[in-house]
Amino acid sequence: MKTFIKLSFIYFLLLPLKTYAVLDIKITQGIEEPIPIAVAIFGWSQASSVAPIDMSQIITADLTRSGRFDVMDVQDLPQSPTEFDAINFSDWRKLGMENIVIGNLVLTKSGNYDVSFRLIDIYRKKQIAGFRIPAKPNLLRRVAHQISDIVFEKLTGIEGAFNTRVAYITVKKENKKKIHALHIADADGYNIKKLVESSEPLLSPSWSYDGKKIAYVSFEGKSSSVFIQDILTGSRTRVSKFEGINSSPNWSPDGAHLALTLSKDGNTEIYIMDLTTKSLKRITKHDGIDTEPVWSPDGQKLVFTSDRSGSPQIYEVVIKNGTPKRLSFEGTYNARPRYSPDGKSITLVHSVGNSYHIAVLNLDNGYISVLTDGPLDESPSYAPNGSMVIYATTGRRGGQLAAISVDGRIKQRLGLHQGDVREPAWGPFLK
Amino acid sequence: MTIRLFFVIGLAMLLLGCSKDQVKEEEPVEVTDLNADSAVDSSEDGAQTFGAEDESSSAFSQLDDPQSPLSVRIIYFEYDSSEIRSDYRSTIEAHSLYLQQNPNTSITLEGHADERGSREYNLALGERRAKTVKQQMLLLGANSSQIRMVSYGEERPASDDHDDASWQQNRRVEILY
Repeated sequence: MKTFIKLSFIYFLLLPLKTYAVLDIKITQGIEEPIPIAVAIFGWSQASSVAPIDMSQIITADLTRSGRFDVMDVQDLPQSPTEFDAINFSDWRKLGMENIVIGNLVLTKSGNYDVSFRLIDIYRKKQIAGFRIPAKPNLLRRVAHQISDIVFEKLTGIEGAFNTRVAYITVKKENKKKIHALHIADADGYNIKKLVESSEPLLSPSWSYDGKKIAYVSFEGKSSSVFIQDILTGSRTRVSKFEGINSSPNWSPDGAHLALTLSKDGNTEIYIMDLTTKSLKRITKHDGIDTEPVWSPDGQKLVFTSDRSGSPQIYEVVIKNGTPKRLSFEGTYNARPRYSPDGKSITLVHSVGNSYHIAVLNLDNGYISVLTDGPLDESPSYAPNGSMVIYATTGRRGGQLAAISVDGRIKQRLGLHQGDVREPAWGPFLK
Repeated sequence: MTIRLFFVIGLAMLLLGCSKDQVKEEEPVEVTDLNADSAVDSSEDGAQTFGAEDESSSAFSQLDDPQSPLSVRIIYFEYDSSEIRSDYRSTIEAHSLYLQQNPNTSITLEGHADERGSREYNLALGERRAKTVKQQMLLLGANSSQIRMVSYGEERPASDDHDDASWQQNRRVEILY
């Protein structure tokens, strides 16, 4: 805890100059014909001082990291216009540039900021998008991500997911003891916040749909419990501590229920807990393993992992009345399902033998397409725009996070400076 | 003189491998002196032998006897399996019998899995392994109230490496008294 406070303090000190990053995200593979774009240095109203944040640098990093853009290096920019009329279109055209983002940062009398930006099509000399966004000082990074989101959506047709967060578990060894921690960070790896630290295992972080709470499993006290923690205040409630396993929490889209796995009635079964009354509804009844329930985006169904057929496979059950129906048939091992935001596919851990891969199960035709090389990939979760899947991969240096686009064309590595990182869960869009 | 003699006996017993009964005969006199005077000379194993003196105050139990099947405290499993291999039959029988004879003793069965596949599934797998062991023990005479189960899934590996040898060590149920 002390180190955390110290770190946050250092972080605070560095904030105006350079934000402290721990999750280092690198694009290892992008698309073949990325969209050319330039992001001009933003104008700043207090010319006598340094701007509190380099907006163009954050936007440049976001777009580059997406693997879909070829963003011009800042030192190659022929000019950094801050107004439409100042753009020298012919210079940009000569460089083959197609799009440019320009903007201004203005300090207001109240001590807050006004951020304005325009996305301009260089060939048509036309503005594609333009917004002015007021921001409190601590939200400037978020505004930069919102700008990236708008640019991304206008140029790719895909909703951006830069203004989002990721939760994950870290494990590091200190004096031969393992320290487990649950963190959240912005999707670009900045702004890391530790939510829980424990000498006992922590696992299965699950975001509420409003992004304000996280449910997780903790072994503190030498047995498993499910907790719900408020992200802003850090206050938490233990919602489940029955005999045996208490695990695999997953929020209903309406935020009123939690699906979870309990073994209190003999072996692992799936239940739904009403979070107001804490009453339980049992969903499965089978002497095989039933676990990893996940709510469909429409709130009507759960998918889960069961080995009732002899090996772990994915099943679906209609909550109201259903008998479980098997969804996965390819492969000897299919587990840890997560729905895509549109509910049309499921990402899962897939194996046909000795190697474990992240795959996508198409719910229309039942086909499984394998996305990653393995050999020990796990815990996949969709970005809220459905374009990427974040997952954990085990290599020589232990657990690392990685992300891959659902078409397999873009790959990212998210490196931590030390220790194991695992169980990433991509949070919802920030409002 | 006496002291030296006992030391020789002690060493001899060490070499013979001391079963419970043999140690009992050693109980009498001056063991403490012996320890104090000659511990420096004894090997590590020797020190263990002298530790058995505690038995005179009846704290020694079969559980501490390395020759007893009770000394086996870890049961290993095959991949994605919770079947108990036949070579562990005597181990489980011995623990069940011990629990039956010592109704005030209780144990924790800690179920574990290797890291492959999903964490939550492995948590369930670890529990199923512990449960299989528990059911066997109940059939063989232990009482349900004597056995607590906890599964850590893949979260508490015995070995942190990522290969077959480690995975073998990690797929296990630990019997903790």
